[in-house]
Amino acid sequence: MNVSRVGVRALQQGAKPNVFFSQNLLASPSTPSRPGVPAAPPPSTNKLTKTTCDDTSSPASTNKITENDAQSLLAAQRRQRPISPHLQVYDPTQTWFGGSIWNRITGSVFSGGLYIFGATYLAAPLLGWHIESASMAAAFGSLPLAVKGSLKFLMAWPFAFHGINSMRHLTWDTAKGFSKKSVMSGGYAILGASVVSALGMVLFF
Amino acid sequence: MAALRSSSRLLATASRSAFKPAVFTRSMATVGDATNQADPKNSSVSKMKKFQIYRWNPDQPTEKPKMQTYELDLNKTGPMVLDALVRIKNEIDPTLTFRRSCREGICGSCAMNINGTNTLACLCRIPTDTADMKVYPLPHTYVVKDLVPDLTHFYKQYKSIKPYLQRDTPEYRQSKADRRKLDGLYECILCACCSTSCPSYWWNQEEYLGPAILLQSYRWIIDSRDERLSERKAALDNSMSLYRCHTILNCTRTCPKGLNPGLAIAEIKKEMAF
Repeated sequence: MNVSRVGVRALQQGAKPNVFFSQNLLASPSTPSRPGVPAAPPPSTNKLTKTTCDDTSSPASTNKITENDAQSLLAAQRRQRPISPHLQVYDPTQTWFGGSIWNRITGSVFSGGLYIFGATYLAAPLLGWHIESASMAAAFGSLPLAVKGSLKFLMAWPFAFHGINSMRHLTWDTAKGFSKKSVMSGGYAILGASVVSALGMVLFF
Repeated sequence: MAALRSSSRLLATASRSAFKPAVFTRSMATVGDATNQADPKNSSVSKMKKFQIYRWNPDQPTEKPKMQTYELDLNKTGPMVLDALVRIKNEIDPTLTFRRSCREGICGSCAMNINGTNTLACLCRIPTDTADMKVYPLPHTYVVKDLVPDLTHFYKQYKSIKPYLQRDTPEYRQSKADRRKLDGLYECILCACCSTSCPSYWWNQEEYLGPAILLQSYRWIIDSRDERLSERKAALDNSMSLYRCHTILNCTRTCPKGLNPGLAIAEIKKEMAF
């Protein structure tokens, strides 16, 4: 066994470097990243280990450490681990432009807006502001057409999107409409439907 | 559950090209792609492609993670992303670290984020366009080294749902119809692609179980032989374990095995409600 390994090693040194192979050959007996495994006895191929450790290309170290040292080494290493990138690398159509986050954004805008407007309406008589329906309608009517249209669209699209997408969430609650195809195409269909119905509201109301 | 089954079949057939003979249509890394293999006519024209790969070395913890670019000739590389990674490790940079084992999509070791979505490197074909490939570890996980994520917490969560048959009576009879309910669930290989694609899991992974573990949970909830249904349901009956799922459905879109964790979670929610 040893003889054949040495022979293989010699062959390997002459050949191209192959990491998987050399890793098998040089596998460290006490890898510190596996705390549950007790330290293995020193390999019988002492001569081989020595020669490979002298080798400058040796990728693995064979230092023997105690179980406690291994644990503290692991703990120290864990404390420094970075978190892999997430929002910045994941497919943006499934994160930034996903239906879920926009359902939440539009919902928050509307409920938040309702609270803000309600509070302002309560405080308006004390502050002398005029935000009654009549004066609001008059102020809106005096705006240029393009501004009126875009303001209406800005209100209408979130309303339409949130309404339609909520229907989809209700359907999902019955465990229907989960096939990959309908998940993908449904998102685009709802986006299109919300834009069309928002334009409809802009034109007819 | 029939829906789960049929959707995975649909997927399998959809990935086939109509013009290739059947022998080339298996989506496994073992079968070479005709276009990628060294062809005497094309061998003079090299098809170079750049791979940008996330690197971080625990031996130099103060150095920030960086992207390293490797260039490969696709004519000399196997068809799958894992083939490219193995070739980079063998021929260019032996320090590149990643997990791999079966190279045919059954072990789940090589799960990583490839060009923006999580998948198994061994089941992901290298696109033949000239755009750079980007390879990251599974998103929002602690990085052990390069493409190797720390999945300790994920496995602890799996253990927490008691993923084994619990019963007091000795006989294990099951009708064919009841057995069929497990199709589309038992195939899960726990590669963690779905869990780490879920923004809810990114922000709440201490308490939220995530799609993979919930799919496994449903696999035991729906099993007719299991006699701990009420305990299993009670364990999920809190605001975090199950209900952090907001049906974003990145899990269903990303699953490399064509399973449907989103549907399994919806079925659990239904089971909890009625």
